[in-house]
Amino acid sequence: MNEENRTKIPQKDSNSRKGWTRRSALKALGLTALTAGIVEPVSHLNSTEDGASLKDALGEMFQDHYKRMDKEEIQEVLLRLERTYAKTYQKEIKVSNDLPLQGVVFGYALNLSKCKGYRDCVKACVEENNQNRDSEIEYIRVLEMDKGSQNMETSDHYYDAEEVPQEGKYYMPVQCQQCEDPPCVNACPVKATWKEPDGIVVVDYNWCIGCRYCAASCPYWARKFNWNEPSIPKDEINPQTHYLSNRPRSKGVMEKCTFCLQRTRKGQMPACQEACPTGARIFGNLLDKDSEIRYVIENKTVFRLKEDLNTNPKFWYYTD
Amino acid sequence: MNLARFFLACARDVLKGGNQYRLWITLLLIIAIIGAGAYYTQFQEGLIVTGMSDQVSWGVYIANFTFLVGLAAAAVMLVIPAYIFHQKEAHAVVLLAEGVAVAACIMCILFVVVDLGRPDRFWHMIPGIGMFNWPKSLLAWDVIVLNGYLALNITIPLYILYTKYKGGTPNPRIYFPGVLISIFWAISIHTVTAFLYSSMPARPFWNTALLGPRFIASAFTAGPAFMVLAFRIIKAKTTYNINDPVIHYLALVAGIALQISLFMVGAELFTEFYAQTQHAASAQFLFFGIDGFNSLVPFIWFGISIEIVAMVIFMVHRWRNNFMLLNIACVFAIVGIWIEKGIGLVIPGFIPTPLGELFEYPVTLIETLVCLGIWAIGILIFTLLAKTAISIEQGQLKLKHNVSPRRI
Repeated sequence: MNEENRTKIPQKDSNSRKGWTRRSALKALGLTALTAGIVEPVSHLNSTEDGASLKDALGEMFQDHYKRMDKEEIQEVLLRLERTYAKTYQKEIKVSNDLPLQGVVFGYALNLSKCKGYRDCVKACVEENNQNRDSEIEYIRVLEMDKGSQNMETSDHYYDAEEVPQEGKYYMPVQCQQCEDPPCVNACPVKATWKEPDGIVVVDYNWCIGCRYCAASCPYWARKFNWNEPSIPKDEINPQTHYLSNRPRSKGVMEKCTFCLQRTRKGQMPACQEACPTGARIFGNLLDKDSEIRYVIENKTVFRLKEDLNTNPKFWYYTD
Repeated sequence: MNLARFFLACARDVLKGGNQYRLWITLLLIIAIIGAGAYYTQFQEGLIVTGMSDQVSWGVYIANFTFLVGLAAAAVMLVIPAYIFHQKEAHAVVLLAEGVAVAACIMCILFVVVDLGRPDRFWHMIPGIGMFNWPKSLLAWDVIVLNGYLALNITIPLYILYTKYKGGTPNPRIYFPGVLISIFWAISIHTVTAFLYSSMPARPFWNTALLGPRFIASAFTAGPAFMVLAFRIIKAKTTYNINDPVIHYLALVAGIALQISLFMVGAELFTEFYAQTQHAASAQFLFFGIDGFNSLVPFIWFGISIEIVAMVIFMVHRWRNNFMLLNIACVFAIVGIWIEKGIGLVIPGFIPTPLGELFEYPVTLIETLVCLGIWAIGILIFTLLAKTAISIEQGQLKLKHNVSPRRI
């Protein structure tokens, strides 16, 4: 997975005239809002001391859907976000828009025999993905399960990670399973969440209306909501971010695990994979016949969670 | 502009009224303002001020929404006898029923809006500038059917009232197609709302084909019961003549629908509890509690009990025809349905979570105040619509003769 492999997937339908009309409509809306003074209630997001931040506030308010914007428009948005984040966190934060790699579909496998429930993956994930520390959003839930059972309803979600592994228990981390047929994508009324060509289900945080229908429809409890304005300590913020992944979010929007696409689209491993002290996590390209993930799927006895729901997860569990 | 003059006349009419009327309006306004204040706090702080969580991600807002869609749909129980069978008594109150539908639809929309994390992005749902996930998202369907139903229930009565205001007779050829559409539309709004839930295999408690029929049956209980109470209050407080047969008819509808509704609840519970599968965990939580998580247990038993009491009153002719008992039955039916298919349906659907976690939903004061505020707005809207409709029907509000009536 190197830079040359990166495809240039057009981010916008070819009907540019339609786009132009919509854009002008949005601009007109923005102008109306400006004159009507309804921008004021939201302008505190960006603090409107000068004209530039007012323009940013309007840009934030009337930003188009990610998939409907062309290259320049996305560039404009990325720069605006970087300006806003710099102001909020007093730190330079890079917002990239690395596109999916050609010939790559990501998959994950987890060795239940190796996982000991240390929860290092959870911690690494929170730090990598700039989750809200205040409301303690975590994309990975590690379940302490009774040996001899796969009943999650008798599992412990709040076990002490200092005292593991416990006798008679095994540990099962659950995160977004990046379903091939994701119910959350169907549920969203405004197409704010979709499956990227590399198989990752992403959220456009600037398009989500926060109805939480996706969260209700997810069989893996993978979607997490920003119930308040997220707070991340300035010295803990990860400045390397991606528009569709770990950039800072606002209150009232949904977020989820993206298999760290800000890293994996650059050929790196997800933070949870790197953090795992026992080597329980295997991540890779499902389309690459020689990959470790393919070896695991083909040679181990693997299973997927709630396979009966036909969501086709790209997350496999196995044991030695 | 005659239409503008019409609206102005209506506005002037709703400002007039006796002391009791003024007191009533003031009371509703005060509750609405308190609710708005509570919502302002929520808008500033985020939905964290509610009892909702990632575990239980919908609460009383969506519970109220679900209940009110049923109330809106129930107008059809008067629309059919009035417009299809030309029943005189039903005709006299059908505009009031449509007023209930309008108020209920607006409350539904408000309950969805206050539940949104980013209400400022409502325009993402507007066709053209927004993006609509139709036909895949059931929520997109719900937005369409609710707004369509609201539009139907505004335009038909508006045409009829405006024509009467001008001293003419409404032409059935103009409004009848709309009436026909609204009958099917009424059933569709509540079916779509049921499908919103039953389409999610992630939540076994909702994932049942019986949900749609249950929603319709419970709607035709709570709706007519609500109208009985509203009509009896109107009859007591105004000179508008609402005949007893229409009250008896509505009570009968509520009674029959409640029997069907409770039968389906029973069928549902049999399936849940006989085999005792893991999929019955939500029902177990709701009715008996699991491991000390039992916040809804008293509510659901109370709700089901008063539903049964209401059903018995509705079933015995002598009791149903006794207005005092009928009032009790109607209140019990409304509250019982609100519990059973409102909080008793929405909240346990989330408990346990898909990962088997038990988690309680503690409703907060702010949430409660917002709910009360929206109900106050809804009842206020109904009061104003009913007053206008009655004034026009009684001929107190009409175009003055020296202005020549003109078609719009």
